[in-house]
Amino acid sequence: MNHPVPGQPVQVPVLALGDVLLVSLQGELHDGMAEQLQQDITSRISTSRVTGVVIDISGVDIVDSFLGRVLAEIASTARLLAARTVLAGMRPAVAITLVELGLTLPGLITALDVDRAMEVLSQGGS
Amino acid sequence: MHISGQASATSLPIGSDADLAWVRQHVRQCAAQLGFGLVQQTKLVTAASELARNTLVHGGGGHAEITPLDNGLTRGLRMRFADQGPGIRDLELAMTDGYTSGGGLGLGLSGAKRLVHEFRVDTEPGRGTTVTAVAWVAQVPASRKGLQ
Ligand SMILES: Nc1ncnc2c1ncn2[C@@H]1O[C@H](COP(=O)(O)OP(=O)(O)O)[C@@H](O)[C@H]1O
Ligand SMILES: [Mg+2]
Repeated sequence: MNHPVPGQPVQVPVLALGDVLLVSLQGELHDGMAEQLQQDITSRISTSRVTGVVIDISGVDIVDSFLGRVLAEIASTARLLAARTVLAGMRPAVAITLVELGLTLPGLITALDVDRAMEVLSQGGS
Repeated sequence: MHISGQASATSLPIGSDADLAWVRQHVRQCAAQLGFGLVQQTKLVTAASELARNTLVHGGGGHAEITPLDNGLTRGLRMRFADQGPGIRDLELAMTDGYTSGGGLGLGLSGAKRLVHEFRVDTEPGRGTTVTAVAWVAQVPASRKGLQ
């Protein structure tokens, strides 16, 4: 697995799988990268036919309130642009910590992994 | 309380979001070495991320001091975040879930407090803020002593 060194920002790749965008977050995510990602996803949704966004966070060690807010904002912006967002692969330790932190991420659909996130999106509806 | 780890206290600058990543990585390494389990490590790193970001965003930058502890019964980690920024005028309000003076979710201070065993804020308007958080490796209830 690729573990970026802190201090060396990497671009977060956004893949298109049919009309679904797949984003895999890995390791250390700087605040600036998270905001860049938010802009990238929003412009991709508004310029191409995207009905769903899957954000894979199985490679993410921690979600603090900054990243949590970015994820929630991506989901609400996507929703306004008629796309649904599914957060896939949250680690159990991250989930436990988020609850204690008080960050409940209302409105974000979650799935155990990317495959199941894709299933959720293919079931359609809203 | 005897602090065996005093000599290995580490000071890290907090001046950019890349520095936040270094603080998180250092806390993760220390916590793992001290024997904290995965969930506790995750809680410590998350608390550190919140408090270091406050030092950067609200305090205008400062530094973190990370110190391994040993009270004879169990091991612990002390994380101190200090800045010489504007300070916090109403600490009770700042510690309220959801309160933010701008832009955030207002869960950093209150949430970080829930993620550790001991938590203290020293602040003075115009002079700065120091937040100290301590956690002990789990399963030794007698270890919850006061801050030193
Ligand atoms: N180091 C600090 N210096 C000055 N003010 C601070 C500091 N840390 C926290 N605060 C104040 O406390 C409030 C609550 O902090 P927090 O719970 O982390 O929420 P947020 O950072 O999302 O605003 C902040 O909005 C800020 O007004
Ligand atoms: Mg904060």
